[in-house]
Amino acid sequence: MSTRHEKSPAETRVVIGMSGGVDSSVAALMLKQQGYDVIGIFMKNWDDTDEFGVCTATEDYNDVIAVANQIGIPYYAVNFEKEYWDKVFTYFLEEYKAGRTPNPDVICNKEIKFKAFLDHAMSLGADFVATGHYARVAEQDGEVKMLRGVDENKDQTYFLNQLSQEQIEKVMFPIGELNKPQIRQMAAEAGLATAKKKDSTGICFIGERDFKDFLSNYLPAKPGEMRTLDGDFKGKHDGLMYYTIGQRHGLGIGGSGEPWFVVGKDLTENVLFVEQGFDHESLYSESLTAVQPSWMSNKPMEKTFHCTAKFRYRQPDKGVTVNLLDDGKLHVVFDDPQRAITPGQAVVFYDGDICLGGATIDEVIKNGEPISYL
Amino acid sequence: MDLIYVDHAATSPIHPEVVQEMMPYFTEYFGNPSSIHQFGRKTRQLLDEARRTAAKSIGAASNQIMFTSGGTEADNAAIFGVAYANKERGNHIITTQIEHHAVLHACEELERQGFEVTYLPVDEKGRISFQDVKDALREDTVLVTIMYGNNEVGTVQDIPAIGELLEGHQAYFHTDAVQAYGVLPLNVDELKVDLLSISGHKINGPKGTGFLYIREGVAIAPSSFGGEQERKRRAGTENVAGIAGLAKAISIMMEQGAEKAAAYLAYKEAMIAILIKEDINFQVNGDPEHGLPHILNVSFPGVKTEVMLVNLDLAGIAASSGSACTAGSVEPSHVLTAMFGKTERTKNSIRFSFGLNNTMEQIEKTAYETAKIVKRLQK
Repeated sequence: MSTRHEKSPAETRVVIGMSGGVDSSVAALMLKQQGYDVIGIFMKNWDDTDEFGVCTATEDYNDVIAVANQIGIPYYAVNFEKEYWDKVFTYFLEEYKAGRTPNPDVICNKEIKFKAFLDHAMSLGADFVATGHYARVAEQDGEVKMLRGVDENKDQTYFLNQLSQEQIEKVMFPIGELNKPQIRQMAAEAGLATAKKKDSTGICFIGERDFKDFLSNYLPAKPGEMRTLDGDFKGKHDGLMYYTIGQRHGLGIGGSGEPWFVVGKDLTENVLFVEQGFDHESLYSESLTAVQPSWMSNKPMEKTFHCTAKFRYRQPDKGVTVNLLDDGKLHVVFDDPQRAITPGQAVVFYDGDICLGGATIDEVIKNGEPISYL
Repeated sequence: MDLIYVDHAATSPIHPEVVQEMMPYFTEYFGNPSSIHQFGRKTRQLLDEARRTAAKSIGAASNQIMFTSGGTEADNAAIFGVAYANKERGNHIITTQIEHHAVLHACEELERQGFEVTYLPVDEKGRISFQDVKDALREDTVLVTIMYGNNEVGTVQDIPAIGELLEGHQAYFHTDAVQAYGVLPLNVDELKVDLLSISGHKINGPKGTGFLYIREGVAIAPSSFGGEQERKRRAGTENVAGIAGLAKAISIMMEQGAEKAAAYLAYKEAMIAILIKEDINFQVNGDPEHGLPHILNVSFPGVKTEVMLVNLDLAGIAASSGSACTAGSVEPSHVLTAMFGKTERTKNSIRFSFGLNNTMEQIEKTAYETAKIVKRLQK
């Protein structure tokens, strides 16, 4: 690619996805201050209208309108409910049905925010799309690289791991150089309507609701037994989909000694495996296989290389050796045994600050064999 | 960038003479028309004159005019008022699938309250059939409400024929004439209607004004309770300055309406001619024979309404999809859905509506700019 910024900011149209939160509000403000031709767009991906006709999307859009008017940029809304349902929510349910713990935000970024939305922005004559993600992009070695956000606590490259070179070439992350307190301060100084708005938590379509309650609306829960790996009965579970590997809370196993943890699931027998102690050896593994790998560079990857990886959002990086298998999957060998690796979650690879890409965890391997109780 | 406003069916700019007319009623003549002193008498006089002007514009008598806050309130007052006052005569209402939401949602609310409503279908041009009205009519029908000119596609219904059909039937006949007012001559006796709704801001008057025509003898329940304003049908101190503006807008309209309508028709034809010349793939939605002159609704196959509207806006052209949208949910228009079913055509439509201050130059520019955007997006 040629250099990203050939045109002057005033001639560069940037379409920014505005959620009604403080991060994307400040991102829009920064772009405007830098002199870009900025257009704010609110994406409606989910309809949560309640029985009183109240919908959080309407409230959020009202915040987008207020901020866009304060900044002085045009604003519009676009509806991707159908795309979101087809690409993200269906996947989310399928994964839960298969007993895994999916990461819908990863798919949302890949299919909605940096695909459907990016296409929409291009149809409006955009040169770039921007979002309020904590991440950075930079040109290096004739390519665009994605770098971690400067705020270690907030870095969101984990969720952006499936983006391609073609996608990140068209992306700007205005707030990636800042940390959250700076964002709040900028919003407050500019008097933005969202300066004090609470951060959204959890998966966007579930919001503040009870996760179990939400899931039970879509998937039938099949209660069953909790057992140790040796087969001792420890109680009842509410349905395998409600539990994730390494989970401690909500098991309701009393008694003395160390707390109990989820260590595995048997989908056929509908049994939830539990063991005692945070560091129980059954929670540890030595490698994993992963499917649907995606790399941000268009240059071919080495067959085998060493780098760092995250297996969950906000965990510190761990050293790994990545092997590209002939069937398109990855075999990722850990430098040290890792705890509670969870199928369905993303494994994301880094070279220093550069996010290389990622894949979806499929099997977890111990003593050379896939763990049978996962 | 010169902005071009071609969304006059949504709302229109206030005529400068209307603003001038209103000003003294905010400051100098602020009296309450119900007061006995001279301050009150001054504004009462204005109200009476305005009522006469409004009545004259539709061939009615001034005691048949109830001022409202606009078209929505006039529609609601007519529909709920007739339904509530005539319960012992029946609970059946006839309307169409292409009404403004001020009518449709009012009818849906009445359904929740136990009334029965028949929603008449339309053909591909947006016209209802005379036979359908006839077939839907029952002994216990108390109200037929059918809009005159449609706000999205401009289709005009044969109101006089339906009025004639209803002669001798107990049902009252209401028409929402908000969009037709100002571009078509209106006479309540020729239309054979009992109730007719009008809005001020569509004819270069102020927002928050309008009126409902109520034929003498129509049993109608009050819409609000309190003072004795509007013959006890609508309590509350009158919007005096607004009504002064409304009356002025009506006067200007009566003088210039026909001439303007001819100009708008020319705009519409020019726009279509340019789109054809530019070899654009498009379909006109509506009825070329029975259409409002100022509304042009077009579908561009393969081009989503919301994308088109944003592109037009970024090019400085204000048009509309004709139906409201909230937080990104552009619902396919109920009018187009009634005309074409759930087809792509309903998702590709744009409404251009002409009005005061539009020039042929602007319209040509709009057409060429539209063609340019469509060519880029249809690729």
